[in-house]
Amino acid sequence: MIGLISYLVFFATVASILAIAVLGLNLQWGNTGLFNGGVVAFFGAGAYGTLILGSPALEGQLGGFELAYPLALTGGMVAAALLAWAVGALTLRLRHDYLAIATFGVAVAFESLMRNAEWLAGGAKGIRGFERPLRAALGDGFLYNLAFLGFVLCLLVAVYLFLERLVGSPFGRLLRAIREDEDAARSLGKRPARVRLVAFVTGSAIMGLAGGLYASFYAFVSPQDILPVLTFQIWAMLIVGGAGNNRGAIMGTVLIWGAWTGSGWALSRFAPIEAQLYTGSIQFVMIGAVIVGMLLWRPQGLFPERLVVSQSGRSN
Amino acid sequence: MAEPILSTRGLSRHFGPLKAVDGVSLDIREGSITGLIGPNGAGKSTLFNLLTGALKPTAGTVTLAGRDVTGLPPDRLFALGLGRTFQIPRPFARMSVLENVMLAPLAQTGERLAGPFLSPGRVRAEEAAIRARALEVLDFVTLAPLADHPAGKISGGQMKLLELARILMGDPKLILLDEPAAGVNPTLTRTLIGKIEELNRAGKTFVIIEHDMDFVMRHCDPVIALAEGRVIFQGTAAEARANPDLLDAYLGAPAGD
Repeated sequence: MIGLISYLVFFATVASILAIAVLGLNLQWGNTGLFNGGVVAFFGAGAYGTLILGSPALEGQLGGFELAYPLALTGGMVAAALLAWAVGALTLRLRHDYLAIATFGVAVAFESLMRNAEWLAGGAKGIRGFERPLRAALGDGFLYNLAFLGFVLCLLVAVYLFLERLVGSPFGRLLRAIREDEDAARSLGKRPARVRLVAFVTGSAIMGLAGGLYASFYAFVSPQDILPVLTFQIWAMLIVGGAGNNRGAIMGTVLIWGAWTGSGWALSRFAPIEAQLYTGSIQFVMIGAVIVGMLLWRPQGLFPERLVVSQSGRSN
Repeated sequence: MAEPILSTRGLSRHFGPLKAVDGVSLDIREGSITGLIGPNGAGKSTLFNLLTGALKPTAGTVTLAGRDVTGLPPDRLFALGLGRTFQIPRPFARMSVLENVMLAPLAQTGERLAGPFLSPGRVRAEEAAIRARALEVLDFVTLAPLADHPAGKISGGQMKLLELARILMGDPKLILLDEPAAGVNPTLTRTLIGKIEELNRAGKTFVIIEHDMDFVMRHCDPVIALAEGRVIFQGTAAEARANPDLLDAYLGAPAGD
């Protein structure tokens, strides 16, 4: 029983962290129509940034800043935001599929850099960051995991409330207008290029926060954590949940992460021995099938976007 | 004659060897409803795109209310008092009709990322005012009952009225309409014409591109005709009806044959 509960706590922690990343993608794709095909690059920038800034000096690699945890986490977000700003300034003129290809390439380049630049973050070995925060006070057991889950949930709620406020404001209306028709928005005096960049950087900083939480939860990050499949998982979560709907994004995360871990467990248990080697690939196929199936039969997701009329203007 | 609200001098746009607009000089009189006609391929749409900033000219100048605006992008032109609609309507489809209209006012505090967080009171006050004005404008264009509908689900004619409502939020001095009557049922066309004439009496200047000669002859004065990228006629509707060059351009046969 206690084993199940502690597993559920673990599951909920990872799902909540991923939900934060999905919310970041929802700002970019669901609200603004920016096709970010390189989510892991920004997730990874946050993960590596947080660990590098928070860790004690490590032989032969960047580090030794030993910033306090909140600062390191913020630093990770800033790293993701800076990467997004650089990438965005170069690629946001590209539309839809081209933007997706460009950002996908950035993510692959980022992973490749991390895998090869040992001086930066340990290369393929990864970076063993700092001890999990408050470990001395809470120990390593169930209590710690519960406390960390509480912390992650608080941040998830904070991000959710921030985004709800944002998309319900005139800024959100502007994002949707740019998503719907950029030229029409321009003819009404708006400046899409600038707004797209703001949305891209903000969404990426949120993904960076998710990455920082993920890395500090495991106290470790390596190139294995930032493979392209994570981008597709995050996309599947958003598409299943419902692009443009923040609550849908969170529900989609729980569903897809549940299906992913559940199928992994079932395959390892029930698949024939000869097939065991391929269970990972089978899961990849399943994620792809979920995305395609959803786009074919219910493109608006399980929780479709609601038609918003800016809430602050609602008559009293 | 008062200073023209919009004028061009030697305005040209070439696509490779094709001179889509070739040395067009014209003056749009303030307070007029000017019709811009011409057969297919005459360069009307290109000229329209040059006037609205969607395209940059190869040569020539555009002056809006005495100010050189050559090559300015559409967002700047809207801020300077030039509103436009599109030939094929471009509503923000997955937004409500009301939201479409509320988008348009310039320099909203809440349109900045930090706005809703740093000055929530000001954003709320602005929103209330924008909302009230948007409902007024929707009422004016007869779309108030559809305020909460998705803009992508209304009829083509209603979309044209919606586009008019959107630009009215910016209080433009000059409004350019691209084929307002095309694909619109007669009832809505009459509504649209009524609104245009009402706005015109209130001082707004219109330039209307229209294929439908009958529409132009009836509602526009003066009339400017283009053919092969050049102005071939400027004058009143009555003069246009009697002009042999114009008939020639339209019917493709020399007049008097």
